[in-house]
Amino acid sequence: MNGVTLFGIASALLVGLGLYGLVLSAGPLRRILAFNVLGSGIFLLFGVVARRGAAGGVGGDPVPHAIIITGLVVAFAASALAVQLMLRLSEVRAADRAGANNPDNEKPGAGDQQP
Amino acid sequence: MMPGSMAELLFDSILVLTLLAVALSILALRQAFAAVLAFVTYGLLLAIAWVRLGSVDVALTEAAIGAGVTGVLLIAAASRLRRSIPIADKASPGIPMRIAVGALCATISAALVAAVLHLPTPAPGQALAAVANLPSTGLGNPVTGVLLAYRAIDTLLEAVVLVLVLLGDWSMAPDGQWGGRPGPRLAPEVNGPLGLLVSVLPPVGILIGIHIFWIGADMPGGAFQGGTILGAMWILTWMAGRTAPPHTSSERLRLVLVVGPALFLVAGFAGIVFAEAFLAYPEGWAKPLIIGIEAALTVSIAAALAMLVAGWPSREAPR
Repeated sequence: MNGVTLFGIASALLVGLGLYGLVLSAGPLRRILAFNVLGSGIFLLFGVVARRGAAGGVGGDPVPHAIIITGLVVAFAASALAVQLMLRLSEVRAADRAGANNPDNEKPGAGDQQP
Repeated sequence: MMPGSMAELLFDSILVLTLLAVALSILALRQAFAAVLAFVTYGLLLAIAWVRLGSVDVALTEAAIGAGVTGVLLIAAASRLRRSIPIADKASPGIPMRIAVGALCATISAALVAAVLHLPTPAPGQALAAVANLPSTGLGNPVTGVLLAYRAIDTLLEAVVLVLVLLGDWSMAPDGQWGGRPGPRLAPEVNGPLGLLVSVLPPVGILIGIHIFWIGADMPGGAFQGGTILGAMWILTWMAGRTAPPHTSSERLRLVLVVGPALFLVAGFAGIVFAEAFLAYPEGWAKPLIIGIEAALTVSIAAALAMLVAGWPSREAPR
């Protein structure tokens, strides 16, 4: 067993761990975190494949490395959208609840009411 | 086995065990804020793992985006959620469900471990081809060669995705706030640690960001890593209240956001006329074109990442 195989096994465990958290977590923030753990496991697995393909004096196959970099940026963009959706949802729910308790006390523009 | 490789194996074992323990704590910690901090730690450990796996390019990206900007985004979100009503409304799943899901996930992990242990030897790859064709691009970093030449279409689409995601984010604006400033209004902090940090760090950070973009042609670095550092410096000045995020209706902001993808597209279409194909570079023009596209991309990525952290426009809508 060498270090690269060790990272490969770790990546496999991270995928399972992230998937478990994604399916069973109750809160949306926890689910976003779990999704990122799942994603990082997949990137790491790809990185292990890249490392094994090292040749020609480079530390690893540059094609997977470039795609991992692209993937990290897209994963951030997806997480950012998910986080903003979650925050907006909690804002709308808070406004709905405030509106249900006291119809005159509605924050302007803080929630788009259902017709 | 040599003593040196023994020490390396020991280091890798400790790193892997720590990585798994921190990943477990992200999912197990009860407080959302603690889980987010564990996630930032996890990102930094992953960056070390990427160095061990021989890719400093990915390590820089992981540290800047995976731990840095994602960390800022999640910490801000966790502290905002703490003041609000929890959204979780589903009852926690029962023990039979947990066992079933656990068994499914363990099976997937076991299958992946088996796949890792049976990867083909010698490993197939594109490393030799990537290095052999690098002189035609004038670059010294094969990863930048893949990103901006061999697989430029992926990078172009990714740059476009950032703009699209930002549009999705902005369209969450409440009625009447479209075009306003995103994020909360923050009072300038003068005497605290943040006030000191914002006076000292941005000049250095901006230089480092530009440096990492510039050396990306020949060494680890590039538009994504450099752009992320520049974006982080902009976010820091917002957090300390020295500047505020611009109105999303600002034409200057919108120009900065699209200049990278737009220049990339123009260069791509010019390739049809002056070279053989879409996104092909004419002989001898590859390096200056790549550096030009990367410079524009760096600025666009910095602005897009920072604005994604800022969120949807929620105040000071223009009349």
